[in-house]
Amino acid sequence: MKIDNSIDYNQLSNILNKYKQEKRFTLAILQDIQTEFNYIPKEAVFHLAEYLNIPVSEIYSMATFYKALSLTPKGKHIIKVCNGTACHIRGSNILIDEIKDLLKIKPGETTADGLFSLEIVNCLGACALAPVMVIDNKYYGAMTKEKIMEVINEYKEAAYD
Amino acid sequence: MIKENRKILVCCGTGCLANNSYDVYTQFLEKLKNTNIEVIPQVKATGCNGLCEKGPVVKILPDEISYFKVKAKDVDEIVLKTILKGEIIDRLLYFDLNDKKRIVSHKDANFYKHQHKIALRNIGEIDPKDIDDYKKRDGYKALHKALFEMTPDEVISQIEDSHLRGRGGAGFPTGNKWRTCSNYNNNPKYVVCNGDEGDPGAFMDRSIMEGDPNTVIEGMIICGYAINSNNGFLYIRDEYQLARKNMQIAIDSAKEHGFLGKNILGSGFDFELEIVRGGGAFVCGESSALMASIEGNVGEPRAKYIRSVEKGLWDKPTVLNNVETWANIPPIIINGAEWFKEIGTAKNSGTKVFSLVGKVKNTGLVEIPMGTTLRELVFDIGGGIIKNRPFKAVQTGGPSGGCIPAEHLDISLDFDSLGNIGSMMGSGGVIVLDDTTCMVDLARYYMEFLSEESCGKCTTCREGINTMLNILNNIILGKGKLEDIELLESLSETIREASLCGLGKTAPNPVMTTLKYFKNEYMDHIINKKCPAGVCKNLTSYSIDKEECIGCGACAKKCPTSAIIGEPKKPHIIEQDKCIKCGSCFSVCPTGAVKIGGALIESYNK
Repeated sequence: MKIDNSIDYNQLSNILNKYKQEKRFTLAILQDIQTEFNYIPKEAVFHLAEYLNIPVSEIYSMATFYKALSLTPKGKHIIKVCNGTACHIRGSNILIDEIKDLLKIKPGETTADGLFSLEIVNCLGACALAPVMVIDNKYYGAMTKEKIMEVINEYKEAAYD
Repeated sequence: MIKENRKILVCCGTGCLANNSYDVYTQFLEKLKNTNIEVIPQVKATGCNGLCEKGPVVKILPDEISYFKVKAKDVDEIVLKTILKGEIIDRLLYFDLNDKKRIVSHKDANFYKHQHKIALRNIGEIDPKDIDDYKKRDGYKALHKALFEMTPDEVISQIEDSHLRGRGGAGFPTGNKWRTCSNYNNNPKYVVCNGDEGDPGAFMDRSIMEGDPNTVIEGMIICGYAINSNNGFLYIRDEYQLARKNMQIAIDSAKEHGFLGKNILGSGFDFELEIVRGGGAFVCGESSALMASIEGNVGEPRAKYIRSVEKGLWDKPTVLNNVETWANIPPIIINGAEWFKEIGTAKNSGTKVFSLVGKVKNTGLVEIPMGTTLRELVFDIGGGIIKNRPFKAVQTGGPSGGCIPAEHLDISLDFDSLGNIGSMMGSGGVIVLDDTTCMVDLARYYMEFLSEESCGKCTTCREGINTMLNILNNIILGKGKLEDIELLESLSETIREASLCGLGKTAPNPVMTTLKYFKNEYMDHIINKKCPAGVCKNLTSYSIDKEECIGCGACAKKCPTSAIIGEPKKPHIIEQDKCIKCGSCFSVCPTGAVKIGGALIESYNK
């Protein structure tokens, strides 16, 4: 998957036009940009600052403060491994190590082919399924080292078939 | 066996959904469409039933039959046997491990028997997307009563008299908050719902927002009426997608039914409600940070010289309550303060929802009267520890709370008792720990969590937590020194004193309480270079006791690195240079012959 650095301004305007020009919508707009572009492109930061008439630095500080936002493109599939307490004591670290090994990326990074990003999250509130992992909003409960390999291979096969 | 008003309730909370309960739901719809039944039962996708461990859960009413771990392929059989003939399918019933028997109705199961549901009263019973379901169970009756039979002042008095305390953690009296806010005449005022549930191990708010969103909305409108506010915000955590979806559906239908918007039910009172999606920052669960986030700022807390009831959102008087608190408002208005006070203890009226997780048999959501003991919660309701291992402690209150050791098992679960022993109620997460949980590692885990989530505003919190984390990391690696203990204690003191918000002030709690109750574990790590729980890899080794080993070979089969050798029926040994200390042999050994030792100094073939 190639990463395209130029952005579609029509898409961006469509997002902005949904919101009134009020500061309180900054986070909501950034969330929409993140969903649409899979990251917060630099151009979008400048554009949004102008639209809301607030300094670029403020948008930048928002984009770096909130974990849901990323200044670099995220992978096609986002793997979230829960490291809440219940998952931690049922061995979530073993899962994280396994994924690091399998994909050769650290938490917060994206694979070279742009297929996966790995994120560690603090409690998804699905403690009964501990240890739990979520890929693109699909939950995988009671995960083991062995099951991880299977799941990741499914996504790989789907992408390269 | 045709029954009128028959209902099939399929749990579609996050836990059950992950186990494919939606397939079960659609399979029921499909099957019933093609079956020749005179009275077709209603099939409903409900919110969480609590016992997520045994999901997907299917309940059949009015027969009161509950099936657990139901798969889509079981649906045919359920329709054929249970719906058509009234037969019970034994294998799908709840099996009580301790009593060794199957139970037909979930209401007879120990997990549910001791519960008293107020905040969770509708969850699992209604389709959260259908406002009529909510209305059939007294929904919006409290709003009607408040608007037409009570003055705003009477509403506040009712909440004051009920002694309801904020369920978000601090336990501040809700009525006081409303009263103070109502006394300020600085409009507009705001009503805010804190749905930024972030404590690891707590998911009651998610469950309420997903399973009964209307009760939260109703509670907020009543507050708006009481304090003279026309605008409310629901701040919902970024990770809770389903909660946001169900909440939005509920807001839209409440508008259609005239419960929200202009001139509610013809009373002349207006109230608008809006969802704000969080950005994935734990600190935003702190009220002033949450408000900053709604305003479109970075979620940093501020000093609270002036309380938010006077100057909150956009510096206007604001009442902020937690999801579970809002869910308690409608029943109190309908049934009255006296009814509420009869439940729980004198200073802690009502119930509390706990999420019981960790090394406990029945993981799930539990609502019990305040004052229930920890022992009842863990052993009667929770069914005890997985594999009947020894109970070590529980951690309550998330990263701000502390651990409670076995000697305090008979403590009453309420705000004051938990505070007295150095822990706190928090949002109600109860994480059960057994002998295979390392308390030093647990403290380290929370410090790591907090070091990532500290917003960085206060130096003590930003740098102090990091320093504590480094010290704990060293102890775990076997590089700990005796003076580290003292250093941890003095850092704790400083962070507690000099940080601005709740996150920093309570951050040292996990370290302080583990030091208080489990100092010997720290000492074992520092002096004996041993992790008694076998968690810290550098300080652990496994060996097999020759006398106790029966040579069954279970460990050798399980060992991922083939480090265990031995002939059948003869004592086995572990080749230490191959061992990766995963602990598989320890958990699989039927005779307890695998022993946990400290860091290895002697060679394995000695």
